[in-house]
Amino acid sequence: MNRDHILAYALPALVAVAVVLGWEWAVAAFEVQPFVLPAPSAIVAAGIENWSSLMASAWITIRTTLAAFAIALTLGVALAVIFSQSRMIERAFLPYAVTLQVTPIVAIAPLVAIWVGLDNGETAVLVLAVIVAFFPILANTTLGLRSADRQLHELFDLYRATRWQRLVRLQFPAALPYLLAGMKIAGGLALIGTVVAELSAGTGTSTGLAWRISEGTNRLQMAKVFAALALLSAIGIAIYALLSWIERQALKRWHESARPRE
Amino acid sequence: MLLAFDHVTKRFPSGVEALHDVSFAIQDGDFVSLVGPSGCGKSTALRLIAGLTEPTAGALKWNGKPPALGFVFQDPALMPWTTVEANVRLPLDLAGLDAATARTRVDEALGLVGLSAFANAYPRELSGGMKMRVSLARALAAKPSILLMDEPFAALDELTRERLNDELRELWATQKLTIVFVTHSIYESVYLSSRILVMSPRPGRVVADIAMDEPRRRDPEFRISPLYGERCRAVRAALQTDDAR
Repeated sequence: MNRDHILAYALPALVAVAVVLGWEWAVAAFEVQPFVLPAPSAIVAAGIENWSSLMASAWITIRTTLAAFAIALTLGVALAVIFSQSRMIERAFLPYAVTLQVTPIVAIAPLVAIWVGLDNGETAVLVLAVIVAFFPILANTTLGLRSADRQLHELFDLYRATRWQRLVRLQFPAALPYLLAGMKIAGGLALIGTVVAELSAGTGTSTGLAWRISEGTNRLQMAKVFAALALLSAIGIAIYALLSWIERQALKRWHESARPRE
Repeated sequence: MLLAFDHVTKRFPSGVEALHDVSFAIQDGDFVSLVGPSGCGKSTALRLIAGLTEPTAGALKWNGKPPALGFVFQDPALMPWTTVEANVRLPLDLAGLDAATARTRVDEALGLVGLSAFANAYPRELSGGMKMRVSLARALAAKPSILLMDEPFAALDELTRERLNDELRELWATQKLTIVFVTHSIYESVYLSSRILVMSPRPGRVVADIAMDEPRRRDPEFRISPLYGERCRAVRAALQTDDAR
């Protein structure tokens, strides 16, 4: 741990402490109503008080997010591989993948909720989160599979490599940095997609953290809303940190992005 | 005779004629340099030999069936995501060679280029000259009888280039290789080759075929000998006569 390293953690921590203390003081000093802005201590208290219901909801949100991410990853990579094998198929289907991506998810939500059945709230949320998360995987992997060095391609020609050998030994490794970058984006989007979908298509049968937030807002239990928000942030940070770590491990021996600066 | 270009013409879809009615033969064991300015189709000739592209007219005639080829590009073109050892093993993996034989061949090839100690290094840990050596080892691992080299040392510094030239001469002499070497350096071609084909640009033609038979053994002394200077002059003259036309 050198000085830079310590500062990288110490400075944001210092900011957090200052903000929390200032917040606590301001709420008391200006007598802010708890349904407008609860004090940090009240949020912690609400968190402890509602611990089991918040945890149950967090688990639902995490489960849906991870499932959406896994499905998006599988679908995105599979589709990118198909695209890489046939320019015709790519031309035929890419516009629809893009259309699906740019159509606001909130607008599709009610439709999906009806199609999968209103009492299958969790499935509806999952489908919507997959739609949101899968595009960066598809786009990045498609680009990556195409980005292998031209001379290496010629080398594979020279040694009469099969399509499969070329895919596995050349295109996949070349696409890996792109895929990993796409996964980092998709990880965040899977969580966002899950939350948005819970808010817009969730029914009483899907009670993730977003449900707790809208429930808390309706009842003006702002401390509980903030506690749920804090949990969502923590989940988002954890996903990002995990995917960054995986990226570093996978690339550190060879990729320029992981080379320490001298 | 190993290979003959029989009235080969190569025109690209853009209409550019890279080679025009080119005929020459390469003997078994030749070290042939193709020398010429950029745009004279020397790389295209190499790619035709490698089968990476087809002639528009004329034909390449092999004596028997095409032998095992090795190709060294201008860039080392290594796979950055894997080790030196795996890079050299690539042609053997693609051919489906068994692991034990592949291992021996890779060790041999790395030994030939003096990189045995770097089998487990990654390309980014190597210098430019070392990367080129790995690229050479990869070509040698497939046990080619003809080695095609497309300006392989053009991007290297002078000293590294001279050292690799010496090593390449040594490999050619000991490994019974036929080498076709593309370069725009007169000096390099004179130092290395047993024969030089001088080419002219737009469209590419062979304008001179100069034998560089003796001395068989070449070392830094040769670089400052009168014979070396004389031959450089001859090649330069062939290149310039053509410019005047």
